[in-house]
Amino acid sequence: MEMTIINSVLSLGGVGLLLGLGLGLASKKLAVEEDPRLAYLVAVLPGANCGGCGVAGCAAFARGLLNGSTKPNGCPVGGADCTAKISDILGIEAVLGEKQVAYIRCNGDDDVTRSNYEYYGLLDCTAATHLVGGGSKACTFACLGGGNCVSACQFNAINIVNGIAVVDKEKCTSCGACVPSCPKALIDLIPYKSIVTVACNSKAPGKIVRQNCSVGCISCKLCEKACEYDAIHVVDNIAKVDYAKCTYCNECVKKCPSATINSTTFENPKKQKPQEKKVAENAAASPQTTDSPAKKQTPPEPQTEALKKEGTEGKKVE
Amino acid sequence: MELFAIAFSAIFVNNFLLARFLGICPFLGVSKKIETALGMGIAVAFVMTVASAITYIVNIYILETLGLGFMYNIMFILIISSFVQAIELLLKKVSPVLYEAMGVYLPLMATNCAILGVTVLNRDVGYNFMQSTIHGFAGGLGYLLAIVVFAGIRERIEHNNVLPHFKGFPIALLAASMMAIAFMGFSGWMI
Repeated sequence: MEMTIINSVLSLGGVGLLLGLGLGLASKKLAVEEDPRLAYLVAVLPGANCGGCGVAGCAAFARGLLNGSTKPNGCPVGGADCTAKISDILGIEAVLGEKQVAYIRCNGDDDVTRSNYEYYGLLDCTAATHLVGGGSKACTFACLGGGNCVSACQFNAINIVNGIAVVDKEKCTSCGACVPSCPKALIDLIPYKSIVTVACNSKAPGKIVRQNCSVGCISCKLCEKACEYDAIHVVDNIAKVDYAKCTYCNECVKKCPSATINSTTFENPKKQKPQEKKVAENAAASPQTTDSPAKKQTPPEPQTEALKKEGTEGKKVE
Repeated sequence: MELFAIAFSAIFVNNFLLARFLGICPFLGVSKKIETALGMGIAVAFVMTVASAITYIVNIYILETLGLGFMYNIMFILIISSFVQAIELLLKKVSPVLYEAMGVYLPLMATNCAILGVTVLNRDVGYNFMQSTIHGFAGGLGYLLAIVVFAGIRERIEHNNVLPHFKGFPIALLAASMMAIAFMGFSGWMI
């Protein structure tokens, strides 16, 4: 009896001691020399491990800070306070000014963009995109309003308004979760301060854009000519603002014939007109379409072909 | 041939997850994505194999020789948890990439009852060293198979319109039960 007790205590204790010693030695010998700043960084992060920054947990984010794969202002939960502390630890200047927001490069809501058909399927952009013509909207680049980005957003910053997604600039934490959720790749992170934005992503030629949408970029290059600061360029049939150069003078906004370029500091008079016109046109046009259905049906075919061509060309270039 | 029978039985007939219902916690917890399920499955398979071999040696040469067979449970837990710790240390040093990929699942392994289960089963059935190791490895493979297949099913469920009452865990549990029934086809019905 005593023997059993002694044996069991000794064997279990012995094995435990052996394993403990082994582990202790191993942890010494296999110790990975970690950056001493890592512990401090982990301490200032919120520790919620929410993944809002795009990496798996706060510790991974801290490691990313040290090797450069994540940015000090990348934590949406910690905010400016956290960024300041991180910058302090890393010994760099806090770049709070670079607050970013998500921006959806499509302005084509249900009033201004033509639809090829009505979509009653699954309320999901990915599902809708796989249909003929890349969704119900005539423009293959348009936001379908299925709400993939809405469900991707943890902060309720995106809403579907009149058939397109709209970002609430104040609620947006620039976590970037919505960016990969859009099957049309419409969402960009742009500087919070950027007043001037191009609300279109159509790489189709101007003629086709004009057929499909009254607020699309028709690549007329008037904005390029209007800009004194070389800050806006039409590349691949779409105007793009270089925010490093833009001074927000609103010259391009005034010149844009289809009111694609938006500015928060300039009320575009064209903006209201086309919509009203369009509504009036629609009302007038509806009896016409019933009169001549053949005429109405012919344009979409060459148009989709042209778009396809456009798509394949784009792929080849890539 | 006998080894093959042991392996086949551990993978399909007596699958640790779907027939023995061991290690259900990570089965439900880490099966939302195929990649994470794969990582967990591989880690479990590896630990099960090595734990089977080590506990066999400890059981025969320490516990049995000293007549302390009754202590197997506590001894096995001690060995498995410290072994998992050792692997974690080793991985961190040797392959930080794999360590990153495994993440939290590695420490989870220490408390996975499938691993303790396989070592206890080895002892109860009385397998020899080779049989124990094969049993552990095949059990791990079965675990890997079940968790990856289940993760695939769950990924598909995510994209479907499930009744609100069944959303999330309820539908996952239903799927798991049906998978278990399907795997029962390998063993037949015994009353």
